[in-house]
Amino acid sequence: MTNAILTGLMLGGMYALIAMGLTLQYGVARIMNLSYGEFLIAAAFASHWLFTGWAVSPFVGLVLVVPLAFVLNFAIYKLLLTPLVRRAPNRDALEVDSILATFGLTFVIQGSMLALFGGAYYSYSFLAFPVQFLGETVAANRLAALGITILLGLALYLALTRTRAGTAVRAVAVDPFAAQLVAINVPQASALTFALGGALVAAAGVLVSTFLTFSASSGVVFTMKALIVVVMGGVGNMLGCLVAGLALGLSEALVASYVDPGLTLAVNFALFLAVLLVKPAGLFGRATR
Amino acid sequence: MSARIAGIGSLALAAIALLAFVPRLGNAYYLALSISLLQYTVLATAWGMFSGPTRYVSLATTAFFGVGAYTVAVLGEILPWPLVLLIAAALGAMVAGVVGLSTLRLSGVYFVIFTFGLTELIRQLVVWFEVNKSRVLGRYVFVNITQADIYWQLLALTAAVFLLGWLIARSRLGFALRVIGEDETVAKHCGINTTFAKVALFTISATIMTLVGAIMAPRWTYIEPSIAFNSMISFQVLIMALLGGAHRLWGPVLGAIPLTLLFELLSARFPNTFTIILGCIFLVIVYMLPRGVAGLFERRSAPSAKTTQRVTA
Repeated sequence: MTNAILTGLMLGGMYALIAMGLTLQYGVARIMNLSYGEFLIAAAFASHWLFTGWAVSPFVGLVLVVPLAFVLNFAIYKLLLTPLVRRAPNRDALEVDSILATFGLTFVIQGSMLALFGGAYYSYSFLAFPVQFLGETVAANRLAALGITILLGLALYLALTRTRAGTAVRAVAVDPFAAQLVAINVPQASALTFALGGALVAAAGVLVSTFLTFSASSGVVFTMKALIVVVMGGVGNMLGCLVAGLALGLSEALVASYVDPGLTLAVNFALFLAVLLVKPAGLFGRATR
Repeated sequence: MSARIAGIGSLALAAIALLAFVPRLGNAYYLALSISLLQYTVLATAWGMFSGPTRYVSLATTAFFGVGAYTVAVLGEILPWPLVLLIAAALGAMVAGVVGLSTLRLSGVYFVIFTFGLTELIRQLVVWFEVNKSRVLGRYVFVNITQADIYWQLLALTAAVFLLGWLIARSRLGFALRVIGEDETVAKHCGINTTFAKVALFTISATIMTLVGAIMAPRWTYIEPSIAFNSMISFQVLIMALLGGAHRLWGPVLGAIPLTLLFELLSARFPNTFTIILGCIFLVIVYMLPRGVAGLFERRSAPSAKTTQRVTA
């Protein structure tokens, strides 16, 4: 039981990290990014390539991959998504357009990765030794990933609540129109936040690659889970993200160890629906939508 | 007006009668190609029936297609063919009803997310069931159905879909959906039962997709979950419907026919980079033709429509 809960918490921490980037992209930049998981897998491949080809530790890889992802996502927002933002008459239209555009992008990225790496599953062995933690045996790489996740989460939380730029970002999340009245450069803030979300998902990808096997076509599952966590927690809400991620991870671990590992996705969906039917705006979302 | 309807109707009948002779040409390649064309025409039109007027993007075409195909894989040899089709349609309608009732009451995004994962969810459930309960993964389909039979069934379904779509567009239900697509809050205030209208049309459209899957199943002799639930179908249908213009009944056909031919060519010529090309084509359509080919026709026939729209928006 303790083992299942511990596994669930670690899994949940990972889901929370994965979803943090999406909640920024969707909550602030208003881009419903369906190609989100593909960026995660791309980062995982980059980390794999650095580790097996150049013997670069994933922790060092993080320093290389994350800034690159930031720049790349910034470019994607500026070049690909800004025309859609300009064209959309209202928020719903932007939502539909961004869903369609990023859905197309999914196939471009996935196809590129399939062409480069093929359909095989990849993994590498990094910090793969058991350690004792709270009286249970866990893999060191998972524990290290959890530690970094917590650090990243804390840093993001402090940046959003304690800095001037973070406050501006939160203002845009609340109301992009009113934010302009207090001299916030909304297009700039949106672009930077979208890029920050992309950087976070790249970090998640590097961390995930240290302990999970992945293939070019497994991005969809990560997109799915990130979406579920974001909507369940309330769009744009960091705390909701954390709670929903942990709930998802816990339920998954419990079902996998006591019922059947093949039913985890079904449980995700059941939990998702249950939350939505009771609280349509998510656990921590405001009901004004 | 009624003379025009009679004209179009007789023209459609003549076209169907002419198309029914395609299998008589005796060319296996053209028959196979015609089957693909009809398959995507029906799928894209069915997709447009719901997503066109309501503007709810459904990414679950494959889920229903797969349910149909897999029903045939399981029951095809046991029961007579019409009964198999009936059960497949009922299953598809049931799944659509459950999904619709649980997600269509909420805002559009939740529906998109749910349909995005629905294919994967059903695939996982089928795999789980096959591994744990029936202990077979992958089934052979041995039914006495020829390619020509598949073609005729699809042709009949195509005719039925267009008739149905035309009837719905003229009914209260179709009008209700157009109002919902324009503004859901207004629709509610007009006394439209929005949930019922959305769920009803989603179910109809999903049932048609399920039937296509069931009819197409005998084409493969071996079916396993990864074949039946191939997410490329959702994607291709979405592209076709968008290219044609989903807000018109006849729109998706304009996208389905050229794109089926193009994909046939591309997948044979560039098997490895096919997905990338597909994604790029899709992006081009989203950016260049937001209202599809049908939108181009409309702009030509009514040049003032655009300006009036901008004023009201």
